[in-house]
Amino acid sequence: MSALLSNAILVSLFIFSLAMILTLIRLFKGPSAQDRVLALDYLYIIAMLMMLALGIRYASDTYFEAALLIALFGFVGSFALAKFLLRGEVIE
Amino acid sequence: MSAELSLWVEIPVAILLVFSSLFALIGAIGLVRMKDYFQRMHPPALASTLGAWCVALASIIYFSALKSGPVLHAWLIPILLSITVPVTTLLLARAALFRKRMAGDDVPAEVSSRRTESGS
Repeated sequence: MSALLSNAILVSLFIFSLAMILTLIRLFKGPSAQDRVLALDYLYIIAMLMMLALGIRYASDTYFEAALLIALFGFVGSFALAKFLLRGEVIE
Repeated sequence: MSAELSLWVEIPVAILLVFSSLFALIGAIGLVRMKDYFQRMHPPALASTLGAWCVALASIIYFSALKSGPVLHAWLIPILLSITVPVTTLLLARAALFRKRMAGDDVPAEVSSRRTESGS
């Protein structure tokens, strides 16, 4: 891997973590519960994108499976939390 | 693992990765700076559509060049996101409407057939 690609991956990982910190601000500050759920969902998406970038960094397929798992668990978690906010219970 | 790739493969991969992270950063800035909750629902879509497509395209280009054959499994991520993200967004919007209505805020009234029948 040349210096160009490894530096670009480092820069993009840095910007991803900056985005995660900004999302954490909204997660802690969020005036209502749905703001926090939205911020948590966004954190899951950014973590999944970071996993894919790390997979390119180490040229390994394992990170792809981790990213797929994060996407699935993020969907299930946000779905359950939104359902809880809507009805007051997760399973009707 | 340390195979030397051509510069014409590495430049698009680097550009796509940096663009994807910039989209994620723009979405996070929007999430922090927007005033209303229903405005705040919009910026995360930037990362889950454009950001995910850019990273998946970079991954496909890189691994296809590395293994000198088409490696397409990274498409699964944007396809999965395009199915799951609208579902969570819709549910969160409905939950927010429900909670704001319960709190007595000024939001549009409920439009379900059951309520209109009992009202008329």
